[in-house]
Amino acid sequence: MSLIFDKSREGIGCSILSELDVEPVLFPEKLKRTKSLNLPQLAEVDISRHYTELSKKVHGVNDGFYPLGSCTMKYNPKINEEIAALAGFTKIHPLQPENTIQGCLEVLSKAEKYLCEITGMDNMSFQPAAGAHGEFAGLLIIKAYHKSKGDLKRTKIIVPDSAHGTNPASATMAGFEVVNIPSGDDGCVDIEKLEAAVGDDTAGFMLTNPNTVGLFEKNILKITEIVHNAGGLVYYDGANLNAIMGIARPGDMGFDVMHLNLHKTFSAPHGGGGPGSGPVGCKSFLSKFLPNPQVKEYSDKYEFSNSPDSIGMVKSFYGNFLVVVKALTYILTLGKEGIKQASENAVLNANYMKCELSKIYDMAFDDICMHEFVMTLENLKKEKGVSAMDVAKMLLDNGIHPPTMYFPMIVHEALMVEPTETESKATLDKAIEVFSDIYKKAMAASELLHEAPVKTPVRRLDEVLAARNPVLKSGDRHTD
Amino acid sequence: MGSYVPSTIDERNDMLKAVGLDNIDQLFSSIPDEVKVKKLNLPLGQSELEVRRSMENIADKNVVFKKIFRGAGAYNHYIPAIVKSVTSKEDFLTAYTPYQAEISQGLLQAIFEYQTMICELTGMDVSNASVYDGATAAAESVAMVTDKKRNKIIVSSTIHMHVLKTIKTYCEGSGVEVIVAPEKDGVTDTEALKTLLDETVAGVYMQQPNFYGIIEDAENLSELTHAAGAKFIMGCNPISLAILKTPFECGADIAVGEGQPLGMPLSFGGPYLGFMACREALMRKLPGRIVGETVDLEGKKAFVLTLQAREQHIRREKASSNICSNQALCALTASVYLSAMGHDGLIDVANQCISKTRYLANELCKIEGIRLKYADKEFFNEFVTTCSIKPNELLQKLEQKGILGGYPIDDGILWCATEMNSKDQIDELVASVKEAVKR
Amino acid sequence: MKILKDLMYTKTHEWIKMTGDKKAKIGLTDFAQDSLGSLVFVNLPEVGDEVSKDDSFGDVESVKAVSDVFSPVNGKVSAINEELLDSPEKINESAYDAWLIEVEDIEENKDLLTPEQYEKVCNEEA
Repeated sequence: MSLIFDKSREGIGCSILSELDVEPVLFPEKLKRTKSLNLPQLAEVDISRHYTELSKKVHGVNDGFYPLGSCTMKYNPKINEEIAALAGFTKIHPLQPENTIQGCLEVLSKAEKYLCEITGMDNMSFQPAAGAHGEFAGLLIIKAYHKSKGDLKRTKIIVPDSAHGTNPASATMAGFEVVNIPSGDDGCVDIEKLEAAVGDDTAGFMLTNPNTVGLFEKNILKITEIVHNAGGLVYYDGANLNAIMGIARPGDMGFDVMHLNLHKTFSAPHGGGGPGSGPVGCKSFLSKFLPNPQVKEYSDKYEFSNSPDSIGMVKSFYGNFLVVVKALTYILTLGKEGIKQASENAVLNANYMKCELSKIYDMAFDDICMHEFVMTLENLKKEKGVSAMDVAKMLLDNGIHPPTMYFPMIVHEALMVEPTETESKATLDKAIEVFSDIYKKAMAASELLHEAPVKTPVRRLDEVLAARNPVLKSGDRHTD
Repeated sequence: MGSYVPSTIDERNDMLKAVGLDNIDQLFSSIPDEVKVKKLNLPLGQSELEVRRSMENIADKNVVFKKIFRGAGAYNHYIPAIVKSVTSKEDFLTAYTPYQAEISQGLLQAIFEYQTMICELTGMDVSNASVYDGATAAAESVAMVTDKKRNKIIVSSTIHMHVLKTIKTYCEGSGVEVIVAPEKDGVTDTEALKTLLDETVAGVYMQQPNFYGIIEDAENLSELTHAAGAKFIMGCNPISLAILKTPFECGADIAVGEGQPLGMPLSFGGPYLGFMACREALMRKLPGRIVGETVDLEGKKAFVLTLQAREQHIRREKASSNICSNQALCALTASVYLSAMGHDGLIDVANQCISKTRYLANELCKIEGIRLKYADKEFFNEFVTTCSIKPNELLQKLEQKGILGGYPIDDGILWCATEMNSKDQIDELVASVKEAVKR
Repeated sequence: MKILKDLMYTKTHEWIKMTGDKKAKIGLTDFAQDSLGSLVFVNLPEVGDEVSKDDSFGDVESVKAVSDVFSPVNGKVSAINEELLDSPEKINESAYDAWLIEVEDIEENKDLLTPEQYEKVCNEEA
């Protein structure tokens, strides 16, 4: 469909501002831009229809099942949105005097308290805007900790080869050297490899638990002990917390520092890629390193405080505050019973789907899974030439958002399925049926899968053309 | 208690049975008993009505100022109704990152349009799909220009303190040395800058308008920077770009900034929007997601996330940035805002900011004891005055009258006016200041 | 899959062609380009950079992957194939014409594979 710029017409626009009621002042010409400003001029109805049309070509959580592994695409409760839209939150300037922002500070303080209770951490900062941002802050905390002890030789961060790409990328940004260790055949941390990798140059080890193949690391206490004995700290990637809320806590497993994704586990919407919120939490011995400012609760008021040992600021102000409001609303709604129930049902849904699908498809690992599981289509690829991508694209034609594809990298032709707790048995049964139909088609007429999708607004895209000759704005042209 | 689990107890039992288990606890048998939660110390769940009351009660503890004369990195602008209407559409609000392009064309096109608008504002060739905020955009831009040979960055002392702090934090990670160039009369000291520039400096970062609201001589700074072989980075207020020379015209290699003025409420500091744009030569160093145009297998025009091999999910420890989630919905917000204002409207906002700010400055300076700290400078929507009484004392008196006055800095106050401040409101502020200073 | 007789090879799928006494051109093999798929970008070092045997001197990008390219020898980069920066597809079209870099001051190069040995490597991986 046409770009909004192509719909622009001279002589039309929205009437928004009032007339200027003071003497007009103009800048001297030498300060002014000479390049014309090509912004669209449209009537409000045209803008409204443009975006309504665009929104119809987006698959949201309410458009159908969304089992995107590692992304926790759960339902986004409506009350969260209404609360985050209250003027008492949206109209607050971030640099207002502390006596006028007691409500905002209470939100941050309560959210910190509850999320620390859920994770077993002692303090938390909401400044990081996303999971990767939280990782970066957490790794800087690890760096600051070793530096504070005068231990400057700890330059390496160990990550399993099954880790999210953000883990090694964050470690590099924080100035560490990355050591990848291969996972064991069971998809879990290979204890011997970890023991061999740690040493007096180990700054830390990053892990998500349940791990990226959806399994709980049974040896978690041994793992954290190995790293601690070597003098390193253990970082918890909170991407998969949805499996264990109210059941087990990273803090009790020996993790020292972690981040959460409030836009995954705590029901804030993903917004088409953001804004998220990636609070970084830690044990008390690391609290002084958290980003500044931190919120302190006193008997009669809340106050900001700054730690001289802090890693500093990772962002302006206090993070994506309204996302924290949504998460707090969610926690208050669920409470101690609901939080646990959410995780229980996330894991139940995943195991039910896994069990049913394993009658047809190969699973990467057979054990009881946590909130997600990984299928491997390696045999289907070999036998019928049908790839994980083909199956994913056919799901599109059935109104289902595909699982995460080709991740983790240790599983060939991987599809990673995370149903979440907010799907009914009926939805799961329907999805199982779709998966099973696709399998039958793969067996009988695999060419159909290579063709898919056919019902979507566009079909498979030429990504090579896009990358070789980037056209990144209106007016650019492919050179070939 | 509230719950968003839609299956009945019977259905849950059926599913358990299908898995071959008798009770829920068996699902968690791989978790060692030692780490299992014995007691979760959280309040009991609440009904929607109870939650609404609790949260409204918390929100009511904040003071919502109707008269705001404070900026300092977060600006009170009018947000057209269409903005919220579009950004609360469920599909935009709840979708994941558009990796599955076939069912994400609406989102991808919206981002493509956003990239185009950012390029229009900055004059640059390429924009990414957003980063977290203006401060992280600045920090990421530093990473774009530094390398082994040039491992220092010069930052003007006239930039926002949070931006400076954020750059320092990021550079602590990457090992880049941050040098702060001093200021003179409220602008970057060019003589001092000259002495700091050498072949080890990767780039110079400045802010336009600067923290004091003053328009800096960006072209001159750019020339000095380029003469030393370094890259020139500008942090910009996007509203000011409607009329000011574009960063491209000033010679900048990278333009970044805080996009909050483009339709995002103050929201106690976030979510905001970091925009980043650069010249084509730096395209592959630009971090974060980028949408490109292509065709589908039937030759139909379409959009897709492109140049992905730069990113963390592919390049892992060799990626130049770890960014994954960005501020997509805020980028959409900015696009809708810019469409609603249009070319004419955005220029109007900018001119109203300049005019009202000048009017406020003139009126305030008629009061004895208040004068411009940096006279004879062009300023956009902010300026600094000195004050004959303690800034906080004055500001407290304004607060009692329901006015959020300027932001106290050192011995002065940084004032801000936008199209939101009517002449009456400005006159009321000036009268209140007059009264407060008198006693 | 093409393997030219007059080139030497590495296990990591680079080819090397001596162009002078201590000078050689280095590229990616046909087997490599075929398994990587359509290439969309190449990152090359700068002229004058040192390269070391078995160390990565650049990488090639396809849409969904990036692969390091390793130097078979120690030496100094004397030229890069700038044409590839705009047209990485040349590697897909003709891998043995699309050299990536030229290296000079090559120190003794050992452990290179003959075409026959390299063919064996490819057959094992295929």
